[in-house]
Amino acid sequence: MTPYRGLAIIFGFYAAGELLSSALDLPIPGSVLGMLLLLGALLSGGVKLEWVDREGELLVKNMSVMFVPPGVGIVTYLALLKSEALPIFGALILSFLVTLITTAKVVETIRRGRG
Amino acid sequence: MNPYGITLTLLAFYAFSELHRRKRAFYTNPVLLSIALIAALLRVFGVSYDYYMDSARILSFLLGPAVVALAIPVYKGRETIRAYWREITAGIVFGGLTAILSAYYIAEALGGSEEVLLSISPKSVTTAIAVGVSEKIGGIPALTAVLVILTGIMGNALGPELLGAVRVKDRVARGLAMGVTSHGLGTARIILEDEIAGGISGLAMALNGVFTSFVLPYLLELLK
Repeated sequence: MTPYRGLAIIFGFYAAGELLSSALDLPIPGSVLGMLLLLGALLSGGVKLEWVDREGELLVKNMSVMFVPPGVGIVTYLALLKSEALPIFGALILSFLVTLITTAKVVETIRRGRG
Repeated sequence: MNPYGITLTLLAFYAFSELHRRKRAFYTNPVLLSIALIAALLRVFGVSYDYYMDSARILSFLLGPAVVALAIPVYKGRETIRAYWREITAGIVFGGLTAILSAYYIAEALGGSEEVLLSISPKSVTTAIAVGVSEKIGGIPALTAVLVILTGIMGNALGPELLGAVRVKDRVARGLAMGVTSHGLGTARIILEDEIAGGISGLAMALNGVFTSFVLPYLLELLK
């Protein structure tokens, strides 16, 4: 089995999402629209799971490495990160903790409430 | 196009992944260590970010199709999602608003400038969305990208451990918290532990991205 069918479908939905985003001038990026479109196609049976399963898994399970190049972009903002270190890192760390824990606790409470 | 950026990225990520496999700890996180090493090398050797990105952008381009492919774990988890739509809605609305408002107000209280407040407010949504939102609301898109990734790294390196520390064991709660707080990097970590939680995390990331990109511009009008 070659990976081309799966890759063509996934990249095709990405391209369709980008087209839709720019044509309708939406604030939502093309990749998210492409995801919603592919989800719709899977749910409606237009695209079969086995057509995209292996190629999709390869992309999804290796997402971490794709964040490295934009992360290295930090070198271009060292001066600002230094001059506003306290508000930036204070807000980043505290907001991360508050959001992670309160989201988890709120969801858990709703689940317990439903037995 | 020079081949050094992508080669260096793959080498660094490979080496740090091996290290992480042997020593599982937040400080051996391959994303964090790769970024730190490459950023340090660029500084030491006086190489520009553009020269590095020349070929490294091939990897970051793949974030687009990878986000599209998140439809697959969402599809596989559709029964779970159908069963827990109430929790998912509450998690997105509550978590999404908490992420925006806490970042904005804490940065303001600590004396952040307006461009920092605007750049930091979309930091919990996936890079591609956050950068687009930052541009629309008058933040600095490149700074937002870095803040989004730092937020993601915290979730990728520490999220499941922190959720364990506050005794959240439920996979719906864990997946939602990871996806809403730490977008793709959170999803990339939780999906290795539990496919269902990973699917919920991917869905939470996508829905929070959609929610935030619609709500944030109007919310900021009220905050300013």
